[in-house]
Amino acid sequence: MPQNSNPQVVMIDLSKHQSLGSALREAIDKFADETCLIEADRERENHRMTYREFKETALPLAKFLQDRGFKAGSRAAIIMTNQSRWPISAYAVFYSGGVLVPLDYKLTASEHLALLAHSRSEVLVTEYHLWRAITQSEEFKEFNVGTVIVTDAPANAELHGAIRWEEPDVEGEPVFVPRKRSEFACIVYSSGTGGRPKGCVMTHENYLEQCVSLTSLYPFWPGVRYLSILPTNHAIDFMVGFIGPFVCGATVVHLRTLRPEFVREAFPRYQITYVALVPLILKNLQAGLQQRFDELPPLKRFVFDRLLAVNRALTKKRPKLELSRKLLKQVHEAFGGELRAIFTGGAFSDPQMIRFFYDLGIQVANGYGLTEAGTAITLNDLNPFRADTVGKPLPGMEVKIVNPDADGIGQVAVRSNTVMSHYLDDPELTFETIVDGWLMTGDLGRFDSMGHLQLFGRVKNMIVTEEGKNVYPEDIEKAFEGLPVKEFCVFAANYVWPERSMLGEKLIIVLRLNEGQEFSEELRQELIKRNNRLLNFKRVSGYVLWDEDFPRTASMKIKRFALADEIRQKLDRQAALKEL
Amino acid sequence: MRTTEQTIDEILNLAATHFKVARVELSPDDDLFKKLGIDSLQALELLTRLENHFNVELPDYEVQGVTDFRTLAERIQSRL
Repeated sequence: MPQNSNPQVVMIDLSKHQSLGSALREAIDKFADETCLIEADRERENHRMTYREFKETALPLAKFLQDRGFKAGSRAAIIMTNQSRWPISAYAVFYSGGVLVPLDYKLTASEHLALLAHSRSEVLVTEYHLWRAITQSEEFKEFNVGTVIVTDAPANAELHGAIRWEEPDVEGEPVFVPRKRSEFACIVYSSGTGGRPKGCVMTHENYLEQCVSLTSLYPFWPGVRYLSILPTNHAIDFMVGFIGPFVCGATVVHLRTLRPEFVREAFPRYQITYVALVPLILKNLQAGLQQRFDELPPLKRFVFDRLLAVNRALTKKRPKLELSRKLLKQVHEAFGGELRAIFTGGAFSDPQMIRFFYDLGIQVANGYGLTEAGTAITLNDLNPFRADTVGKPLPGMEVKIVNPDADGIGQVAVRSNTVMSHYLDDPELTFETIVDGWLMTGDLGRFDSMGHLQLFGRVKNMIVTEEGKNVYPEDIEKAFEGLPVKEFCVFAANYVWPERSMLGEKLIIVLRLNEGQEFSEELRQELIKRNNRLLNFKRVSGYVLWDEDFPRTASMKIKRFALADEIRQKLDRQAALKEL
Repeated sequence: MRTTEQTIDEILNLAATHFKVARVELSPDDDLFKKLGIDSLQALELLTRLENHFNVELPDYEVQGVTDFRTLAERIQSRL
C-alpha cells in the first residue's frame, strides 16, 4: 500500500448500499459541513459549496425531473465540460433512480445527436455553447429528447425549447428511488463515433465494487482535494473525481480551463492531492519541468541533479513522500506541496515519462483499464515502483492470459464484479466480448514472476492516441470512399504486424490498385487531401500496396482478419509500409 | 472597431504564422484542427495567442465545439 494510508479515512460502508444514489445520499448527509466542490475559472473562484449546499442544489433538480415524468430506469444524458453542475446533475439522476448517460463533450454535434438517439435519453443537461452547436446541426430535426436543461446561457440567448439551469422553481421534496445492485447505473460509450456505437451498460454493482478496490489503494478523506481535468464522462474521472471523493467526504476542484498555465497555478492555489491526466497533458507537464531544469544555472543544476540521484536511490524500493518533499522542495512546492499521486488514464503511458515523475518523488498511478471493465483492472502498487508494467490486478479482479504463446503472451481476459453488463442493443458484440463470464479485452499481455501485468500491443484492430481517443479503422474509412483504386482497407499497423508495444500506434491504408494502375503522385495527393479531412489523430500515416483481391464475406464485407493475416505472411513491414 | 472580416483575417494571419502554414492555404470556413494539423493542447495555445492579440478573454467552454475560423472569429467579435 502506498504512503497515502491515513488514519482519518472515514469512507462510508459501501457494502450496505445497493445503488450509487443510496451511497451518495448517506455520504452527503454524513459530510454535510465538509467542502464538496470548488469551481474556478482561471485564477477566479466561481464558487465553493459544502455537501449540504450540494444537496440543496441537487434535490430541487431531482424534483423538477420527477415532476416531468423522470422515473426509475429513465435515461438522462450529460454533455458538459468539467464543472460543478456535472456531479449535481448526476446525483439528481441517481437520486431519482435514473440511468446516467455521460457523453464526451469533445464529440461533434452530430455525434452527440447520434448517441442521444442511440441511448434513448429522455433528459439532456448541457452547456449553452454545446447546445447551440447541437441545434445548428443538420441532424437536429431528428432530436427527440423531452427535457433539455442548459447552463451558462447568456441573457437573451435563443434556447430552442431548452430550460435554463436557473429556471426551475419547484416546491416539495423529491422521492428517493431505490435501485438494486444489478440494475443499470450508466451507459458509457467507449467508442461509437462511427457506425457502431459501443454503449457499455454499467450496473450499480460495477461502480460500488470498483470504488471499494480503488480507494483501498488511493484513499480519500475530508480535506483531500482532487483536481478534475479529465472529462467527467471518462470512467476514471467519474470514479476518482466524483464517486470516490464523495463517499469519503473529500473535495473536487473543477477548473473551467485546460490551459497549461492555469492548470499549473491550480496545484499550489488549491493544494491539490490527486489529479488524473491523459498522457498528452502529462507529457506537456514533463516538458515544462524539463525546460525549467535545463534553464537552471550550472551550480544549481549540479545540486539539483545530486538531490535527484539521492531521491532516486532512497525511493528505489518504495516511495517516501515526505522525504522526497524535503529533498526536492521546490519541485513539490510548485505542485502545492500536497500532491500524492497523478492518475493517468485513457491511454498507455510511456514508462520513461512515469519514471521521470517518480524520480522527482511524484507518484504516477499507472495502471490498465477499459470502460468495459469499470475503471481500472490493474494498478501499480509501488512496492516497489515499476515503470515497465501496469501493476497487479486490483482486489476483486481475476485476470488471465488466454492462449499464451511460447513467451507467455496472450490476450488479457478479466472476470470481476466491475465488468459491464452488456453493450446496449448489441447482443452480437456482447457475445464476442464477454465469453463464459470473461471480458476479452483485445489487448495482449503477460504476467511476470512478480505478478505484474505487462502489455504488448493489441489483438483488436484499433489504436488509442495520447489524448486517450480510441480510433477504430472502420470508422475512418468513410473519408476514403470513392478513392480511385480497386479497393482499400484501413488497419492499425500493429494489427497487421504485431509490434509488442503500446507506443507509437498508427493507422495505415492498404490499397489494391486497378489492373495496370500505378501508384502515382496524383493518387498520393488524393490520399493526402482526404486524410486532411480527418482530425489529426484519426489520420493514416502510411500506405501498403497489395496486389490481390481482398477476401470478402458472402455479403461482400472485407474479411479484415484474413486480409491482415495474408499481408503479414507475404509482406515485410519495413519494406511494404510507405510513409504518406 | 474591427469588422468580422477583419477579425477573420487577423486570426488567419496569426494562425499561419504560429503554426507555420502558408497564409494562402487558410480560408475562413476551414476546419482549424484539420487544416493546421493541431491537437487540443495546441488549439488552446492558439486561443491564448488570440486573446493576447485581441485583448479579450475567451473561456474554453465557450469555444468548445468550435472547429472553423469563421465561428471562432464570431465568438471573438462578440467580445470586442
